[in-house]
Amino acid sequence: MADFSRLYDVAIIGGGNAAMCAAISARQDGASVIVLEHAPKAFRGGNSRHTRNLRAMHQGPTSVLTESYLEDEYWDDLLRVTGGETDEKLARMTIRQSERVLPWMQEAGVRFQPSLTGTLSLSRTNAFFLGGGKALVNAYYGTAERMGVVICYDAEVIDLKLDDGFATEARITANGFPETVRAKSFVVSSGGFQANIDWLKRYWGEAAENFRIRGTPYAKGRMLQNLLDQGVQPVGDPTQFHAVAIDARAPQFDGGIVTRLDCIPFSIVVNQTARRFYDEGEDVWPKRYAIWGRLVAQQPGQIAWSIIDAKSETLFMPSVFPAIKADSIAELAGKIGLDVATLEQTVAEYNAAVRPGNFNPQKLDGCHTEGLEPPKTNWARRLDTPPFICYPHRPGITFTYLGVKVDERARVIMADGKPTANLFASGEIMAGSILGRGYLAGFGMTIGTVFGRIAGQEAARNARN
Amino acid sequence: MLAIEALISEAVQDSKRAIDICNACRYCEGYCAVFPAMALQREFVVADMDYLANLCHNCNGCYHACQFAPPHPFGINLPKSFAEVRLESYAEHAWPRAMGAAFHRPGVAMAGAISAITALVFGLMLALIPGETLFGVNTGPGAFYRLVPWAVMSAVAGVSLGFSAVALVMSARHFWATTRSALTQRINLAAIRTALIDAATLRYLGGGGDGCNDLDQSFSNLRRWLHHTLAYGFALCLASTSVATVFHHALAWEAPYSLLSLPVILGTLGGLGMVVGAFGLIWVKIATDPAPVARRVLGGDYVLLSLLAKVAVSGLLLLAFRGTTAMGVLLAVHLGLVLALFATLPYGKMIHAALRFTALLKAAVERQGRVAVSG
Repeated sequence: MADFSRLYDVAIIGGGNAAMCAAISARQDGASVIVLEHAPKAFRGGNSRHTRNLRAMHQGPTSVLTESYLEDEYWDDLLRVTGGETDEKLARMTIRQSERVLPWMQEAGVRFQPSLTGTLSLSRTNAFFLGGGKALVNAYYGTAERMGVVICYDAEVIDLKLDDGFATEARITANGFPETVRAKSFVVSSGGFQANIDWLKRYWGEAAENFRIRGTPYAKGRMLQNLLDQGVQPVGDPTQFHAVAIDARAPQFDGGIVTRLDCIPFSIVVNQTARRFYDEGEDVWPKRYAIWGRLVAQQPGQIAWSIIDAKSETLFMPSVFPAIKADSIAELAGKIGLDVATLEQTVAEYNAAVRPGNFNPQKLDGCHTEGLEPPKTNWARRLDTPPFICYPHRPGITFTYLGVKVDERARVIMADGKPTANLFASGEIMAGSILGRGYLAGFGMTIGTVFGRIAGQEAARNARN
Repeated sequence: MLAIEALISEAVQDSKRAIDICNACRYCEGYCAVFPAMALQREFVVADMDYLANLCHNCNGCYHACQFAPPHPFGINLPKSFAEVRLESYAEHAWPRAMGAAFHRPGVAMAGAISAITALVFGLMLALIPGETLFGVNTGPGAFYRLVPWAVMSAVAGVSLGFSAVALVMSARHFWATTRSALTQRINLAAIRTALIDAATLRYLGGGGDGCNDLDQSFSNLRRWLHHTLAYGFALCLASTSVATVFHHALAWEAPYSLLSLPVILGTLGGLGMVVGAFGLIWVKIATDPAPVARRVLGGDYVLLSLLAKVAVSGLLLLAFRGTTAMGVLLAVHLGLVLALFATLPYGKMIHAALRFTALLKAAVERQGRVAVSG
């Protein structure tokens, strides 16, 4: 049980990867550390619980990464996905440090899958955690406990008192009771606000009720709001989030990886009016899956259906939810509640527009439609072989971009541009400083790990002085 | 369809639901053979659950790593689901078929059989052996056989062990026949070799390197080494008996043998190994995190482990006190327990050895198929 009468060197707000990297780093540097995790033990770890890998720069093959992945290529990849909405200095520092974090992670108990095993198509750029993100979270908690880090579950921070850029104390609710935590330094690693539906409604209105949150229900953004209210400098577009089109039958929170659906490139996607609204074959799926969350969010009722026929049934990973099957388009329309005549017309028009070609699911095959609006530019094949198969989609939100601004020492920056004296940030709550738009697989974990370590070290150093 | 569904047990339905989620996730693919085997398929049938459940070594790695484990609404608990499927699988593949009933309440059935057999042996010896022989001091060559003639002892042991070996082979064959459907290759020497190595080293209690979650979320090789100690201890005891048989037959040397003779050394080491392994595994079962444990199987597990411990302890006591008046009683107890062990091998937890090895063999053959297809 935590001793709330004590003055800790470092208090960590949050309990995911970034928080635990900060906690372990601060403890390694001799600080007394308390971790305040909102979730109960079973759901500890924030969104890290759902992650699988970390993108790491490396000069040559290692036991867990193949070939090489150098700073400039990494930076180019980041530049491409963010469209320039990044901070080159912070980004390059993160990229360079990513090379050094792997041995540190292993020392802290994280285990990786050997490269070239299993289904690892990203094994050149990304190191995969053996057992996934929850195994990583377990390893960090185990290590932190052994080192004497005090861990409080069910501990939600309500208010972090900032006095002229100096954090004095945190008012928390611990197991339902109000408490106060005092520390010389604070690290805030409490994530974004994607699980706060009311906050999402500020920008998206009632549509937010139809969003699915892929990760933790504990990312309420309470600390983020609290800090912004106290004059901390925001970063990132508050209206934006990273979202993919997941199976509509996913639970509202925490559905994780298994709710994904990879069938869109081989399908036509229609909305509630039974009409298509976007080119399903625009590019290879890894480059396009992230735009479909937003596309579906913009449709009436925030729902869409992808329709394939029997020819494409085995071309993608199976959904955990059963496929909706019918022997005719009309029957299918009836099953999903769309207007029969319109859906039949949409499919007929699409089928008529499909040009012959050599279908190849592995690459941009050029099989396209002609005279159709919107067109389908790759993998266009007629829907003519029953059974016809359908999956419903809703937007699945991964994270929000709004955050607090930090410098290269992970210090939180006030609106006037001055750094706070003893407040540091790591993880999703500051990731918008580097990743202002788009997403690069495994980069969230890289930011969390690199900045978690910096924040922990800086917080410990600050507490010593 | 509904009628068929109703015939499928709750345990199988639950594991199939879990496997569909696992197959869409695959984060656990580095832990063991189950996940790569599952990734070869898109849709699963009941026989696949039987196969995957027996391939599972119950290392608990996938439970502790699972983002969908309880209290998550998906409630995935693969080690527990698979343990329950295995129990049904044992009943399904028991030979002769009627003996599958033994697995309905495995602890009770085994304990009852063991009690009956040991009581029978003890009662027969008490009734048939004169009191002065049974309770007297018997030493020198052939001392044991003055109580139970060698021919009787070896015939009973040979018949019971032989029958059990046949039953285990028949169970393995039945398991193979009902689960082989997806195979594109035939059994071959290379696959048998792989499966033997996987079984002999308990490769999949290795959790991809650092062991399994024996007690909690931390990794250890404790259970693996305790199982090795128990299994190889048992093997040493069998070796001891085999050497003794050679001594008896080929060399006409009659037991009891001296403390430094090969049978006694092998038997003592093996017996000590069995004691350490059995008590250690019992301790692991008591101390482990109960969440991924299927309570229904525990009775059978404890009964087998304690039987193995009792066989070993009674054997060691017989060695220690063979020169005293206690020898007769100890021999009666030891022989009763050994007969109980031999006779119940195919109808208790020990059947896992046959089915697990067969599952490993299938996994090895499947992997060859995958290499052949992708190469």
